[in-house]
Amino acid sequence: MEMPRPSSMILSRRAQIVAQLRAALPKSCVIDDPLETRVYECDALSAYRCAPLAVVLPRSTAEVATALRICHALGVPVVPRGSGTSLAGGAMPSADCVVLGVARMNAVLSADYDNRFIHVQSGRTNLSVTGAVEARGFFYAPDPSSQLACAIAGNIAMNSGGAHCLKYGVTTNNLLGVTMVKMDGTVVTIGGPWGDGYGLDLLGVVCGSEGQLGVVTEAWLRILPKPEGARPVLVAFNSSEVAGACVADIIRAGILPVAIEFMDRPCIRATEAFAHAGYPDCEALLIIEVEGSAPEIDEQLSRIRAIAARHNPIEFTEAADEAQAKRIWLGRKSAFGAMGQMGDYMCLDGTIPVSQLSYVLRRIGELSAEYGLNVGNVFHAGDGNMHPLILYNANKDGDLAKCEALGAEILKLCVQVGGCLSGEHGIGLEKRDLMPVQFTPADLEAQMRVKDVFDPSWLLNPAKVFPLAASAARRGDT
Amino acid sequence: MILPRSEGELVEAIASATSPLLVKGGGTRMIANAQGEVLDITGLSGIKLYEPAALTLVVQAGTPLAQINTLLADERQRLGFEPPDLRGLLGRDGVSTIGGIAASNASGPRRVQGGAARDAMLGVRFVDGRGAAISSGGRVMKNVTGYDLVKLMAGSFGVLGALTEVSLKVQSIPEAEVTLVLDGLSDDAGLAALRRALGSPYDISGAARAGGRSYIRLEGMAGSVAYRAERLRAQCDGAVLEGAQSAAIWAGIRDVAPLHGRAGDIWRLSVLPTDAAGIVAAILAAFGGDTLRDAVYDWGGGLVWLALPAGADDAVRAAINGRGAAVKLRGAGAAPFAPQSDQVSALSAALKAQFDPHGRFAQGII
Ligand SMILES: Cc1cc2nc3c(=O)[nH]c(=O)nc-3n(C[C@H](O)[C@H](O)[C@H](O)COP(=O)(O)OP(=O)(O)OC[C@H]3O[C@@H](n4cnc5c(N)ncnc54)[C@H](O)[C@@H]3O)c2cc1C
Repeated sequence: MEMPRPSSMILSRRAQIVAQLRAALPKSCVIDDPLETRVYECDALSAYRCAPLAVVLPRSTAEVATALRICHALGVPVVPRGSGTSLAGGAMPSADCVVLGVARMNAVLSADYDNRFIHVQSGRTNLSVTGAVEARGFFYAPDPSSQLACAIAGNIAMNSGGAHCLKYGVTTNNLLGVTMVKMDGTVVTIGGPWGDGYGLDLLGVVCGSEGQLGVVTEAWLRILPKPEGARPVLVAFNSSEVAGACVADIIRAGILPVAIEFMDRPCIRATEAFAHAGYPDCEALLIIEVEGSAPEIDEQLSRIRAIAARHNPIEFTEAADEAQAKRIWLGRKSAFGAMGQMGDYMCLDGTIPVSQLSYVLRRIGELSAEYGLNVGNVFHAGDGNMHPLILYNANKDGDLAKCEALGAEILKLCVQVGGCLSGEHGIGLEKRDLMPVQFTPADLEAQMRVKDVFDPSWLLNPAKVFPLAASAARRGDT
Repeated sequence: MILPRSEGELVEAIASATSPLLVKGGGTRMIANAQGEVLDITGLSGIKLYEPAALTLVVQAGTPLAQINTLLADERQRLGFEPPDLRGLLGRDGVSTIGGIAASNASGPRRVQGGAARDAMLGVRFVDGRGAAISSGGRVMKNVTGYDLVKLMAGSFGVLGALTEVSLKVQSIPEAEVTLVLDGLSDDAGLAALRRALGSPYDISGAARAGGRSYIRLEGMAGSVAYRAERLRAQCDGAVLEGAQSAAIWAGIRDVAPLHGRAGDIWRLSVLPTDAAGIVAAILAAFGGDTLRDAVYDWGGGLVWLALPAGADDAVRAAINGRGAAVKLRGAGAAPFAPQSDQVSALSAALKAQFDPHGRFAQGII
């Protein structure tokens, strides 16, 4: 992956930059010891690494503003960072950048149950937002699988989703407002706990802007009352096509489960070997979860059972108790880990129209054979968000390049059938160069104009999202 | 008036324009003081794709809402965000189009459960003030590819460009609906009941108050709706309306029927539900108004519609005092956008300048 050449001018002023940051911020906030900055050299796209010039870990919005003002004045690029779990390389540094991490800003500022929102600092982890409100019977709905580690800051930047977004939507649908610092150090509050601001929907464009428009320091999030209960079923099929048809029929019937997850044979075998969840050895399985009180769950599951029966499943197992529910989810939740045991993997994230499911799965199988790399599929079937996992060997010469080429083929296929490059992980570094597959130059130009407004000097996370050639003039890279 | 028949013709019309344009769908939600030569979008009409099993609909911007509703109803589906018909409220006639709904982010009572128009919008195509045809989003349910210009266009009232196409997520019509009607409560108690319901696990799809009554809606499978209605009645007892009777209540709330035909100005407030009663009381006290007659609360109190005499601007802003937003949709100086902080105003103006550098669109409303 190509990165812009680090600016020798900035590198040569390293000492001055660090000194200015140190002078303006508490000592413990600024890190420049190469042993310590190494910790920040990559995110979860760990094939790519580069230690930053320095790391700043502020504790307040005011300190974030101070750090940004200094970097802005000195022309130093800044890469915002939450917990570093991005799978797209969104938080990957460049040698001439300052990484600005919000991990120390993790307080709950207020929780308002009557108006159903929580106000948090952005470094707070996703799961601990729910943790702060669950004693009162509430939860924060977007639930990325990384929720134990990932921060609200990263969730907002990537507009992250989760297994339950089929019913509850993704981050943007649950975000009410933010406090954000622009690259020039000005603090802006957009939206607020009352929702609609009646103006241009700046919040909507900030969410999903991958840390390129401002550093989000605080957020107002919608919280929801917890349903009375939930129950998953596991349905196994002898064909991916049939499993796909079953998903379409459930949705068509007007049933809205909170989650419909799909795993194919390579993925099922890998997870069984790793997690022993007791999954049947089959071509495809679905995990379908519904919510409500016990009688409501029974009502929904009886309909789902009837629909599934028309597709002759080889197994239909309803969780009888909490322990069985856990077991049904266990394999799905360990899928990434299990694939990781088999070797290095790259996780794709394209979305397709659900009607194209079986065609796309077949094509992925063919491409996998063509490239000689194994691909397992585990994904959110209800909304067509695929997660093909390509296995490769990082120590084998040329394998990473081959894996990336196969990944690009699969993503092009997603766009070709009417879908998109990324459903929830973001573009970052990883898919930057594929953007022209989905967008015309005019489309990309329109997006870059938005960045021009928020960050005219293009210093915030500048080498991400847009193909380098397309953004070169704006980045001053001539 | 300019009436393009294709996106190409629209691009041509905008690129060759030399004076301000006023993008117009059916004109049912237009804000009175917007100026310019009318650029009529209704020539761009028709369904491009409808996949009921994928809950996806792609339509041209000038497509009438009624046509979409009929198409969806034939498959027992609907637009989940329940777009209001504002003709009665604003005193307009004409045919509501999907472009106007998208450009005004028109969202009804179900917003508390399923989100606003912006949340159902999966993709847009539009032509900006430079005459560039731009696409953002797509037709799939989950999409974080590039910046979300779909949200930027939702509710933008045509100041950035002319929408030509909108992709939407649709939903199935549930088999049952009931409404709990709570009578005889003060505004404070009636709104508190709505908030309590919204804080319950019973998946409320409407929570409104008008004419001294509070209304709580439940939708879903028959057994589930019956179960939840029973549980809710244990916490706040009221009469139960079903089916068509229930639907009629919500059509009235959605279209703000209690304020139809009223003289004076029409205001829409966005506030914290717990602040709603106090803010409304303060505003109405200044004019000798009365909540039974002049106010409609939706979204559990988060949305308030008011009919006020002309010149209420200062009283409204003083009562809100920064804790929310208010817009006047009908009356002298009506505008779709509320005053914002200097920072937000500057960003909005800069976006307008980027997308519409020659000032082609909707002068006088940003
Ligand atoms: C095992 C695993 C499972 C995952 N499962 C899911 C899943 O189910 N769904 C899903 O959507 N994602 C998933 N992800 C991806 C990842 O967890 C999400 O993208 C997450 O939101 C990133 O959060 P973070 O705090 O780690 O952000 P980081 O990785 O630190 O940063 C992500 C992006 O956000 C920007 N950013 C960070 N902080 C700020 C800030 N304060 N202001 C502005 N921009 C900022 C960064 O510059 C970067 O572009 C998974 C990742 C892993 C490793």
